Order: sequence, then structure tokens, then C-alpha cells
Amino acid sequence: MNSFWIIFKQAFMTKARTKSFIITTIIVAAAFFLLANLPAIIESFAGDEESQVLHVVDDSGELVPQLQAQLEQADSNIQAMPTDLSEDELQEGIAEGTIDAYLVIEGGDALSARYISESANEIGAGADVENAVQAIQTALTAERLGLSGAEVGELFLPASFEREAVSDSAKTEEELSQARGLVYVLILLIYVAVIYYPNMIAMEVANEKSSRVMEILISSVSPVKHMFAKILGIGTLGIVQMMIFGIAGYFAFRTSASDMTEGFFSVMGFSDIKVSTFLFAILFFLLGYFLYAVLAALLGSLVSRTEDVQQLMLPMMFLIIIASFIAFSGIGMPDAGYVTVTSFIPFFAPLVMFLRVGMLDIPLWEPLLSIAIMLVTIGILGWFGARVYRGGVLMYGSSQSLKDIGKAITLGNKK
Amino acid sequence: MTLFVDHATKKFGEFTAVDDLSLKIEEGQMHGFLGANGAGKTTTFRMILGLLDPTQGRVTWKDKPITYDSSPFIGYLPEERGLYPKMKVEDQLIYLAQLRKMSKEDAKKETAAWLERFEVPHYAGKKVEELSKGNQQKIQLIASLVHKPSLIILDEPFSGLDPVNVEILKRAILDVQKQGATIVFSSHRMDHVEELCDDMSILDHGKVVVGGSIREVKRNFGKQNVRLKMDQDLDSLGRLPGVEKYTDLIDGALLQITEESTAQRILNEAMKLGQLRHFSIEEPSLEEIFIAKVGKAYE
Repeated sequence: MNSFWIIFKQAFMTKARTKSFIITTIIVAAAFFLLANLPAIIESFAGDEESQVLHVVDDSGELVPQLQAQLEQADSNIQAMPTDLSEDELQEGIAEGTIDAYLVIEGGDALSARYISESANEIGAGADVENAVQAIQTALTAERLGLSGAEVGELFLPASFEREAVSDSAKTEEELSQARGLVYVLILLIYVAVIYYPNMIAMEVANEKSSRVMEILISSVSPVKHMFAKILGIGTLGIVQMMIFGIAGYFAFRTSASDMTEGFFSVMGFSDIKVSTFLFAILFFLLGYFLYAVLAALLGSLVSRTEDVQQLMLPMMFLIIIASFIAFSGIGMPDAGYVTVTSFIPFFAPLVMFLRVGMLDIPLWEPLLSIAIMLVTIGILGWFGARVYRGGVLMYGSSQSLKDIGKAITLGNKK
Repeated sequence: MTLFVDHATKKFGEFTAVDDLSLKIEEGQMHGFLGANGAGKTTTFRMILGLLDPTQGRVTWKDKPITYDSSPFIGYLPEERGLYPKMKVEDQLIYLAQLRKMSKEDAKKETAAWLERFEVPHYAGKKVEELSKGNQQKIQLIASLVHKPSLIILDEPFSGLDPVNVEILKRAILDVQKQGATIVFSSHRMDHVEELCDDMSILDHGKVVVGGSIREVKRNFGKQNVRLKMDQDLDSLGRLPGVEKYTDLIDGALLQITEESTAQRILNEAMKLGQLRHFSIEEPSLEEIFIAKVGKAYE
């Protein structure tokens, strides 16, 4: 077997067999199942809730049945009940916790009602009651004015209101909010992946250096081969892990008890998934990975001790974090100028260009150009990284800074 | 000749680590490398291995430059020991042998044979970090020999080992040499070089200050030792003409001379002083040559 594949297999297998890798994979996959079933789980808790009893102080005695009817119509779990207790007694009941809330309602031309509950937090319940009271008021007024049901209906006919964007590239508001959730999740995944896997490489390289096994390795196999086999091995590990997440996610949502087209999930944009978004996500993940992996291998080759890795990785981490700031802030306004510009800067492109292709209908040449720029950058970094790596792995010393790159190149220099 | 270092110079910026070094090592020979820290031994080894390219000159192995294509024929034990601490001994040795293009089956067989030979077969499934330093070193040596290389570079193979293990490793190295391998090794211990090597080089500041077969080196050194054992005060012998250096010993004295005739004179004088228990003319030790040539003791 070619030594490239031996290193590749080694890098892949040793990482894949570690407990931390297996546990992380299982936890994330399990989280998908939990997330997919979250609404059902929340509902199952909500279902257990008993219907709330609303005590109503109603002097006229006519309004309670109407209120109850309105609440039922609104699918509220509040039950209106007339009460003979005085307000003082009711307040005492709230203080003791035996009563959730009560309502004082007085008839007349305009209904006046007061809703008293233990805390003002129960906005939902209060709103339900308010709507019900409002509906009664409307019905009473219509009756007094002698309006028919049809006339009332006409009165409340909603105006048609639509938002439309003029820009060609803009998706409709509906499409945008649909794409937003998915793009957000995928950007988050790419962001985590381009931090996690390149870090793994830097640690691996630094480990091999600090345990001094590196000198044996590079006397057996060329450092450049070693570096790229390692990057590809960990990269494959990343793809496998992402695939496991993808499959787990797919099955989680397919078998989920929750309805994908309603509530939480429609907001997240999971109901209308475009295949191209996923393909771009995979593509930008790979490009981002290789870009940062080469950089990480280069930086990892400069340190003598694993403790120094994080320090040297800091500038790289800043790049990724800046990219994530741009991407996450750009979700709200993907056609902003700074988003467009940074989507062509190789270190930001994996996140920012993905944001743009996910959120906007931009012409195909834009992502292609961005991809081409990234490929060229990966090529240059690969060439440069290999030069640094060749010398860096032979270098041991106390000072670990980016200045050592120059020294490493000199050391690894042919002639 | 098989290994030929041809006027190799390696500069790191302004600093010259190896200066116009030439070396010929015949096939099947064992060559000892001596030198103080920073003399350029490791840099020379790295140039031989192709890890560093010489600034000037070249290194050839069987008339061809050493590249990664030669990797299967080369074994290397670096001075700074290095193995994966968390990897199992057997997996590790097989992996490293595979990198040198040995098949997995052969690597497995050889690994088992070597572990057996070094009396540590029960370590096959252990992690390297669980082993003692001495045992780690055995594993390290196996890693440099397991793929049956024909050119073996050993940087300080015996340092930090107890005498029993030194013997086991020495025998293994001699056996590998008997099978035809060319071995270059540096050692901390001059007696190991004297015992094992045909040829040797002493490096100082990147230059070979003494080189050649050990016998020749000693002969060319031009100095011999006269060892005397007697109870009388021997100070007067030190003042004889022709005696270069006089060292008082607990049971006699050691005198350095350049001419054989001086030895005769010392013997005559000594017999006049009293009862002589022991008289011998000895070859100079490598240590003496080293100190004389490099001007300081080796560590």
C-alpha cells in the first residue's frame, strides 16, 4: 500500500476510534432526534395542563356564558365561571394560590373589564380573555346598532397587504424567512467544522512533534506527503461525521412525531428544503476545511509543545470568528455591501458566500468566482505550508511565534 | 563504497553547522561518530537521511542521492526518542514499518520476532507510555531495524540503558551488521565505539578532526601509554626526557610517551626504584585522542 494511504488510514482510524469522537457523534445525533421531537415533547407536557378556571365577577350575570362561548371558539383552555365571592376574597385566593386569575366585568354601552392574576407574566391568558371580551363588545354593539352578521363581517374584512422586494436577487419575504433558519443552522455547522477539524490537525501535528515521533515519520515519508495525507484523513473523518449527523438528522425529522409544516419548523425553514443549499453547504465546508486545515498544519508544525498550539492558532481563530460575525449579522441583510465584498475574500468566503447563495438568488458566476479564489488560495497556502512544514517539523526551541515561519522556510529550504 | 558524504557543508544563516565534511563508509561496515554537543553529528545524520539538503556538496548512497525512494532501505534511530505515546507497541511498529514500505504481514512477523528477541513479547499490546524508558528504547531500536534496512543510522543508541540491556542491543546491532547492513552510529561512550566499530570519525565544529580505521587512528595519534604498577614514589619517572604527561595512579602511574625508546628508558629507571609488579605499553584510548583533538572532555 502506498505510504500516503497508510498515513491517511492512520490519521482517520486513530481519531475515529477515540472515545471523544464516538461520544460527540452520538450526543449530536441524539440531539437531532431530541430537536426533531421537541414540539411533540413540549405538547405532551402542555397537554397535561389542566384547564384554567377564570372566576368572573359579573353583576349582570349575562356576560359569563357569552365569555365562555368566545373562549371556546378561540381554543382557549380557560374556563369562565361566575363567582359569588367578593373581590377581597378573590385576591386572597390568588395570594394563597387557590385561584389563578379573576375577571371583573361590567356591562354598559362599552364593556369594562379588569383581569387580575398573580403575576403579569401570563400574557397569553390575559390576551385570550381580552380578545373574548372585545368580541362580546363587538357583538353587543352590532346588536345595538342593528347590524346583521354579514355587515359585521364586512366591517372586519382585512385589507390585502403584501410585501414585495424590487431587487432581482432578493427572495420574497416568505422565501427569505424560510431559507433563514436552514442557512443559519448550516452556517453554524460549517463554522464549528472549520474550527474543530483544523484544530484537530494542529494538535495532531504538534503531538507528533512534541513526542518526537515526527523525525522518524519524515525520515520515512516526505513531510509534504505526510501533511496532505493527514489533512485528507482528518477531512474524511469530518465528512463521515457530518454524514452521520446528516443521516441522523434526516431520519430524526422523518420519523419525528412533529408536523414539519407548522409552528417552530416552518419558521426554521425546514419544510421547503432545497437540495442545492445542501450541496453548497458541503462544498463550502470542504473548501473552508482545506483552507484552514493547511493553515493549521503550518501553524502546528511550528510549535514544540502542544501547550503552545492554541496561542499560535489565535490569529487563525480570529479569521474564522470574524467570518462568523459577518455571516451571522448578514443573515438579516444578506444583500448588504460588506457581505458581498467579504464573500470574495478567501478566509471569509466559506461562511459568507454560503450565506449569500443560501439566502439570495445570485448569478452562478459569483459563487463560482469565490470558489475559484478559494481554490487558488488553498493551492498557494498548500505550497507555502509545505515549505514551512518541512522545516518547521525539524525545529525545536522555546520561541514560538509567527516569526518562526521565516526560520522554518530557511531550514526546510532546498539549498 | 556505499555511503559517500562528499564535501558536505550545511549553513543555517551565518552559522556553519557542518563544514566541508567528507566521509566514506564501505558496505557492511560499522562507523562510529564522536563529537561534543553541537559538533554537527545530528545535522550530518539529517543530511545523510535527506531531511536536510547540504548547502554545498552532496551525499550519495550506492552512487545515488538519498531520496524518499530509498526510504525502505534506511533505518533511523533519532537522538530524541520519539514514538506515539498512546499507541500500542505492536500497532506502532507495524505502522512505522509500513511507512518504510514493508507489507503488513511481514511487519507483523518481524515485530513479533524482534519483541521476542528483546525479551519483551508481552509488551506488544501495551501503550508505549506505560513502558519504562529502557524498554521504550528497545522499541525505538526495533522501529529502526524492523523493516530490514541496509543503511542504519543510530544516534546515541545506548544512552540511558542499563549494562544488561546495552549488551542485548549491542548484540542485535552486531547481528544486523553481520547480515550485511551498513551502520553509522554516534555514541556517548567511547568504549562502545572502540568495541563495535571498524572506522570512526571525531567531529568538532562541523569538521572531521580525526577519521579512519580505529587502529590507524591510534597509530597516527603518535602517542602511547606506559602503565606501571609499583608502590614506590614514581615522580622521578615523570621527569625523564620523552615523557609527555605523567599521571599518578593509586597503584602506580601512567606515562604518555611518543617514542618507543622512551618506554625502554622508563623500564630501566623503574627497575632501579624497586619491585615492579606490572609494566605495559598500551595503545591510547579513544578518550585520550578525543580530548587531545577536541580539547575538552566528551560530556
